[in-house]
Amino acid sequence: MKCQKCERPATFHITELEGGKHAELHLCEEHARQYLTQGDGEAGSGPTIAGALAQQLAIGQTAEELARLDQRACPVCGITFYEFRNQGRLGCPHDYVCFEKELEPLIANIHGETVHKGKKPKRGAAGTQQRTELIRMRREMKEAIEKENYERAKELRDEIKKVEETKD
Amino acid sequence: MSHVILNDLANTIGEWLRGSGPQADIVMSTRIRLARNLAEFPFISRASDQDRADIERILRDRVLRVRETSGELLYVNVSDLDKLDRQFLVERQLISREHAESQGARGVVIDPGEQISLMINEEDHLRIQCMHSGLDVQGAWEQINRIDDLISEHVNYAFHPRLGYLTACPTNVGTGVRVSVLVHLPALVITKQIEKVFRSLQKISLAVRGLYGEGSQAMGDFYQISNQQTLGRGELELVEQVADVVPALLHYEREARDVLVKESQQMLHDQVSRAYGILRTAQTISSEETMHLLSKVRMGVNLGLIEDLPMPKLNELFIRTQPAHLQKIRGIELSSADRNIERARYLRRYLNREDGDSGQN
Repeated sequence: MKCQKCERPATFHITELEGGKHAELHLCEEHARQYLTQGDGEAGSGPTIAGALAQQLAIGQTAEELARLDQRACPVCGITFYEFRNQGRLGCPHDYVCFEKELEPLIANIHGETVHKGKKPKRGAAGTQQRTELIRMRREMKEAIEKENYERAKELRDEIKKVEETKD
Repeated sequence: MSHVILNDLANTIGEWLRGSGPQADIVMSTRIRLARNLAEFPFISRASDQDRADIERILRDRVLRVRETSGELLYVNVSDLDKLDRQFLVERQLISREHAESQGARGVVIDPGEQISLMINEEDHLRIQCMHSGLDVQGAWEQINRIDDLISEHVNYAFHPRLGYLTACPTNVGTGVRVSVLVHLPALVITKQIEKVFRSLQKISLAVRGLYGEGSQAMGDFYQISNQQTLGRGELELVEQVADVVPALLHYEREARDVLVKESQQMLHDQVSRAYGILRTAQTISSEETMHLLSKVRMGVNLGLIEDLPMPKLNELFIRTQPAHLQKIRGIELSSADRNIERARYLRRYLNREDGDSGQN
């Protein structure tokens, strides 16, 4: 895909979620940098995912580095960082763990803070790692069934049952 | 089943429209929402149909166990509703536009007083919302906090020891709390100071939106002021940060009204009276014009220029003259042109009857 503003290939795919509408932009590195830095201080523009990406660009991440990062996928839900950048929504709770380093500057930019100071849930406040594993196991079971690997599917089904029955 | 519940709702009015809370002349309502997700399912964008159905079933079951209000909570299956009924719920602020327009298994749990609504399978698995009349962040927070605690006894929310509650969008992570104070600022609009006020709010990281949330136009001079930050501070601190700017807003709006009264009382009285006159006599009227005129009348009532119209009745009109409401009240689907005729007829009947009633008393 070509950049919307020149002939170079589009390496940045930006989705703006402002105003409840999605607007998609496909830009080369230079035009992405231009686009992402021009919006600063504009009335009505709160902290956005694009704004946070601009900061990452500003601290010198190159297109190649970002391209490599883009291909990383969450082992639990399978979403790639590229897909997240594109749609602005994460795929599962585990993304906050597996993309921790990438999300941190973004979160700091949006909230000005990186540590939760509010309430904790009655159950599972120690974290949800084990419950989140269920997402991966269900996905793998589905894949096993599709591949007609019924033995593996059965194993997974039993594991899932065990986790589901665990109370925190 | 859901359809019947909605038909009953069409004849009632939500608690938050009563105009009974603190500063209710300018602050229409205080709304707080919490974003929550179940730990063992993907977020909505990666959820399969089966996941969505499971999430809906689990949350519906858990949420309906909550005994918070005097009345029984009602479950409305949003995916079963036709477009008109979904729009009706949006107009009443019980669901978001996104929830109305999305696909797949989803629903909303509401209480009969319409203070509480819990959307299932919106952007997050669960969005809890509490709406109170006037400026009441403390009351709204206490209620929503209780509901959240009651639900969390039965489910495993996605939670991270350092990042807090995990949400589909990183803009909500941490507390997942968003407070929106709905303010009516007609005098600041007339005196063209509204932009200045908003710029100063944005400088302290508060967001300003129209009546129906993100991307909606500021209808009838109503604006929602809300927090953007959700991480790094306690919930109460975050919601009070929004409440703290409201006194200054009220001060500016009242000051602008004083200036209007002092410097152009005749013009103001004329504008208010004409607005009231059009609403009581028009034969066809659009939604936009209605909102615009109701806003003037509302300010007129607050300034004592109109004395025969009680505030709850007037607040109600802002909602009841919306397209889906008119069609629900009338019981049939109407074209845009027919809606404008029906709207004018409804306003004439409603406003002239009120006039006649108070005249007899």
